[in-house]
Amino acid sequence: MPITQTEVEKIADLANLELTAEEKNSFSIQLAAIVEYIDQLNELDTSAVEPWQQLSAGEMITSYTTREDRVEVGLGQEKALDQAPDPDEGQFRVPRVIGG
Amino acid sequence: MRFTVEGLHRLYLSGEAKPSEIVRAALDRIENDNQRLNAYLTINREGAIDRATSIDAAIRNEISQRPLAGIPVAVKDNLCTEGLRTTCGSRILEDYFPPYTATVVKRLEEAGAIIVGKTNLDEFAMGSSTENSAFGPVHNPHSEEYVPGGSSGGSAVTVAAGHVPLALGSDTGGSIRQPASFCGVVGLKPTYGRVSRFGLVAFASSLDQIGPLATNVKDVARILQVIAGHDRYDSTSANVTVPNYANGLTGNIEGMRIGLPPECFGKGLDPEVREKVEAAIRRMEKRGAQIVEISLPHTKYAIAVYYIIATAEASSNLARFDGVRYGFRAEEARTLSEMYRRTRELGFGAEVKRRIMLGTFVLSSGYYDAYYEKAQRVRRMLVNDFTAAFKKCDVIATPTAPTPPFKIGEKADNPLAMYLGDIYTVTINLAGVPAISIPCGNSSSALPIGLQLIGNHFDEMRLLNTAYAFEQEEGLRNRRK
Repeated sequence: MPITQTEVEKIADLANLELTAEEKNSFSIQLAAIVEYIDQLNELDTSAVEPWQQLSAGEMITSYTTREDRVEVGLGQEKALDQAPDPDEGQFRVPRVIGG
Repeated sequence: MRFTVEGLHRLYLSGEAKPSEIVRAALDRIENDNQRLNAYLTINREGAIDRATSIDAAIRNEISQRPLAGIPVAVKDNLCTEGLRTTCGSRILEDYFPPYTATVVKRLEEAGAIIVGKTNLDEFAMGSSTENSAFGPVHNPHSEEYVPGGSSGGSAVTVAAGHVPLALGSDTGGSIRQPASFCGVVGLKPTYGRVSRFGLVAFASSLDQIGPLATNVKDVARILQVIAGHDRYDSTSANVTVPNYANGLTGNIEGMRIGLPPECFGKGLDPEVREKVEAAIRRMEKRGAQIVEISLPHTKYAIAVYYIIATAEASSNLARFDGVRYGFRAEEARTLSEMYRRTRELGFGAEVKRRIMLGTFVLSSGYYDAYYEKAQRVRRMLVNDFTAAFKKCDVIATPTAPTPPFKIGEKADNPLAMYLGDIYTVTINLAGVPAISIPCGNSSSALPIGLQLIGNHFDEMRLLNTAYAFEQEEGLRNRRK
């Protein structure tokens, strides 16, 4: 299946990526080749097979456990903000959300 | 020089060397080789020397209590280390200092290990050659024009170069085993759930697993012992008893049934690799193993399934890199949406973007059933292949990679060709079973070739023992030469 540049732009938009013209071009060629390859799965009749799921694979998951839902001490505000590109008065500052 | 945990402990116990001397010497060689090999992104000189010096005086006592006392260890740079830079080989995390430490690294430190640095990798572990690092490719120490494999290339190289006896890597589709094969060291991907992933920067959460690289099987067993077991911070880490791996290595494989799947010895396998792997299997047979033919009929579909599932999970996992809470942020964006897009455009490299794109595509409305759900159905068929195979055998043997190491740049413009090289390794992650790569000879150009042994879920003991028996047989053979 060919992947057009318009399609590449749509996917990039969904993925929050802003691609260069060169990337759009090379991705459209490379993704088309990969998609053509993965299309070989259509050779298989999978109508009688349930999709694999983490928690249903009984032979794999023998004793995965969840812990009790109890409040614990977290990172704390200072540590949580320590790596932020633009922290401001205990918060993460971002450019404006609405408009533009 | 290739050193082992046992060898270093002997030096410490006899008083011939102190941990601080060994660690200093390792750091000197790491720094010296880094211009050539580029195996490290961060070298923990001060931290490692401080820690080593602090145990110099008490080293005998430390050894009696801690299995890795005074042992220098390298850690792949997608494992979080508090206070030590963690980049994932990406511009987007170039200056990131995590606020916490991965469980595996904590356990290594509690076992007495000394972290000497963070090793280079394909960006976010996406690649099979360590050429996709934002900080330059890693070189194979056996021949520098060749790739070391990937994505744990730096970890394989530092063990192969004799800097450290042990390193940690992560394996989503072969990222421990294939570089181990390309660099001539031993590398294990444990069962999914055997080792906690807490603090591993996620690539594909249903496939990722952390594991060791070392010069020999016994050291792999020792480090697995330390990192394996349930962790309350990772609900997918299983509550399954961890046996004493090092003590269980008997080297006896009398009657062990080793399964050979013809699907892994067909088209696309390099003749030299085939020759070495088949010879290795004959040597195990000589040692008492019973060879049985098995079938993994859906092997040819594994790459397609893998590149759908892995990229789908990656596109979701990597959505967190948005320039808000940590990492790089693009300047001068006027709106939040523009900031996200430009941050990700400038912060991610080509392969990461390609995979995010593919993953977004297979999950997108209109394609989800055709690709993602279809892949999950075929994944179940692959899992069933292994379930059936392990009714007939105890361990499965295949090549680790279809070819010896390739040249740097050789596959750079052809991502699909690069993906196809993962044919023997990705199925193992899709099925969640453990597998080990162990050196089984060299190509005519003196580049290493690896044998892959695959075990059943949580049966690392039998897997390690089979690898150990093979290693002993190789040792005897090399001594006779």
